[in-house]
Amino acid sequence: MIVAGCDVGSLTAKAVILNDNEIIATAVIRAGTKPEESADKVLDKALERAGLARTDIRFAVGTGYGKERISFVNKSESEISCHAKGAWWCMPSVRMVIDIGGQDAKAIKIDEKGNISRYIYNDKCASGTGRFLEIMADAMGVNLEDMGDLAELSTEQISISNQCVIFAETEVVSLINDRKKPQDIINGLHHAIANRVASLAKSIGVEQDIVMTGGVAKNRGVFQALSKGLGLPVKALEKIDPQLNGALGAALLALEHV
Amino acid sequence: MSRVAGCDVGSLTSKAVIMENNKILGWSIIKSKSDPEESANSAMQTALEKAGCTLDSIQYCVGTGYGRDRISFINETKSEIACHGMGAKWLVPSARTIIDIGGQDCKAIRIDKDGVVEKFITNDKCASGTGRFLEVMAKVLDIGLDELGDMTEKTETPITFASMCTVWAQADIIKYINSGYSVEDIGAGINAAMAKRVAMLANTVKIENDVCMTGGVAKNKGVVSTLEKVLGVRIRRVRKADPQIAGALGAALISQSKINNGGSK
Repeated sequence: MIVAGCDVGSLTAKAVILNDNEIIATAVIRAGTKPEESADKVLDKALERAGLARTDIRFAVGTGYGKERISFVNKSESEISCHAKGAWWCMPSVRMVIDIGGQDAKAIKIDEKGNISRYIYNDKCASGTGRFLEIMADAMGVNLEDMGDLAELSTEQISISNQCVIFAETEVVSLINDRKKPQDIINGLHHAIANRVASLAKSIGVEQDIVMTGGVAKNRGVFQALSKGLGLPVKALEKIDPQLNGALGAALLALEHV
Repeated sequence: MSRVAGCDVGSLTSKAVIMENNKILGWSIIKSKSDPEESANSAMQTALEKAGCTLDSIQYCVGTGYGRDRISFINETKSEIACHGMGAKWLVPSARTIIDIGGQDCKAIRIDKDGVVEKFITNDKCASGTGRFLEVMAKVLDIGLDELGDMTEKTETPITFASMCTVWAQADIIKYINSGYSVEDIGAGINAAMAKRVAMLANTVKIENDVCMTGGVAKNKGVVSTLEKVLGVRIRRVRKADPQIAGALGAALISQSKINNGGSK
C-alpha cells in the first residue's frame, strides 16, 4: 500500500513515499515562492525515484508552513504531530524531539508510546530559527551548507553577545572587521543558536533520548553545540535524513488512514 | 559663571551639549564612528565650535551613553537613565514619564518632580521597538526615516503586522510590496507596530502624566501619534531643543549641579 507525506517549509519542500511500513523514496527541493508548486515538484521527484505515478498513492498527508496550499493531499496535519510521529518511528527510545526549521524552532516531548505529552515552539522571534544562520551566512559570504564544516576548523572561542538576529548581524560584521577568523565566528554563531534553542527545550523539561531534526540538524556544529547547551547528548536520527522527518511523519499518519 | 558640558556617545550617534548658566550655548549630533573616543572628540569639537569656545573653558564635563568609558576629556561618567531623566525634566518640566527611543534601545523612565529616577526599564536585547527597527524597514521601503514618519497621517488604512520581530516584519513588507499595497499603508503599519512594541515596555513602569518622548525616534510624527492612541495619553512635544540631545543635555545639567555644589575641575 503506497502512501505519501509532504512537508512544505519556508526554505525546502520534502516528500516521503512509503510502501506499508517501508520508505521507498524521498526527495528534498528548495522551496519556491508558491507552496503548491513546490509541493507538486517534490512529490513528482520522489515518485519518479520510486518508479510510481500519482494514481498509485492511496492517501497523502501534508504538513509544514505551506500545508494549506498543497493540492494533492487528503489531509493536513500539524508539524508537531508529524515530527513526533517520524522520530518515534525511527527511534522508539526518543523522548524529546528538537526541530529547528527555517522559520521556527520546536521542542516536543513524547512518551514511550509515541504520544505527545508537551511541546513548545518559537515562531515569534527569528533568533533560534534557521533564519538566524541563513542571515549570518549571507553577512559572512559563506554557503549555509558549508557552515558546519567550516566551524570544525575553529581554534579560538568567540561568544556572540547578542541574541537578536539584527544586533548579532552587526556584531558579526564588527568581528569580521576586527579580523576574527570566519571559522571562529561561525562556531560562535552555532553556540548562539544552540543556546537559544536549548533554553526553549529546557522550559518544558529535557528528557532522554534527545534527537534533533530539521535542516539545521545536518549542521554538525549546531548539533554538537546543542549537546553542550543542554548538557546532555543529542542523538542523530536513525534511518532517515533529519530534514525529512516531518514528511516521514506525515506519510506515517497517512498510513494510519488507510 | 559656570560653563559645563555633557557628552553622550551612543551606538549610532554621538551628542554633545555646552551649557552656560542653564542655557544651551552649543550642541551637536554626529554619526558615531567605530571608535567611541573619536566619536566623543568629534561631537565635542562640533558643539564647541557652535558655542564659540574651547575645551579649556569647560569647567566640568559628564559623559554618558554606551561609549562613556572611552571618553578622554570628561570628569566623570553617569548612567544614561540618570542623564535622560535630568535632560527630559529640563526640556519638559512637568514630565513624569519619559519614553526614550534610541538607535539600538528603548527606555521608559519614571521620574519624580525633581527629575530623580523612580523606576525604569530598558530594552536593548531585541531590535524591535528601537530605532533600528524603523531604520531596517525604511531601507526595505526605500524611503528616508523622515518620510516614514509622515506616512501615518497620509492613510486611514495602515497594515497590521503579524509579527513584531524585525526579521519577520521585514519579510512581510516584501510580501506586501509585491502584493501592491501602497507605501503609505505599509509605512503607517510600521509606525504602528513600533508604537505597540514601545507601549508594551512603557506600560510596565506604570505611566504617569505628563509623558514626554526623547531620542531620535521622537522626531517620527507617526510613531508619536500612534503611541498616544495606544497608550491613551497625550505626549508632550519637546520644543526647547532637539529631543535627540536629551541624554547629553542631562549630562551637562549634572555637570552644572557639580559646579554649583562647589566641585570644579
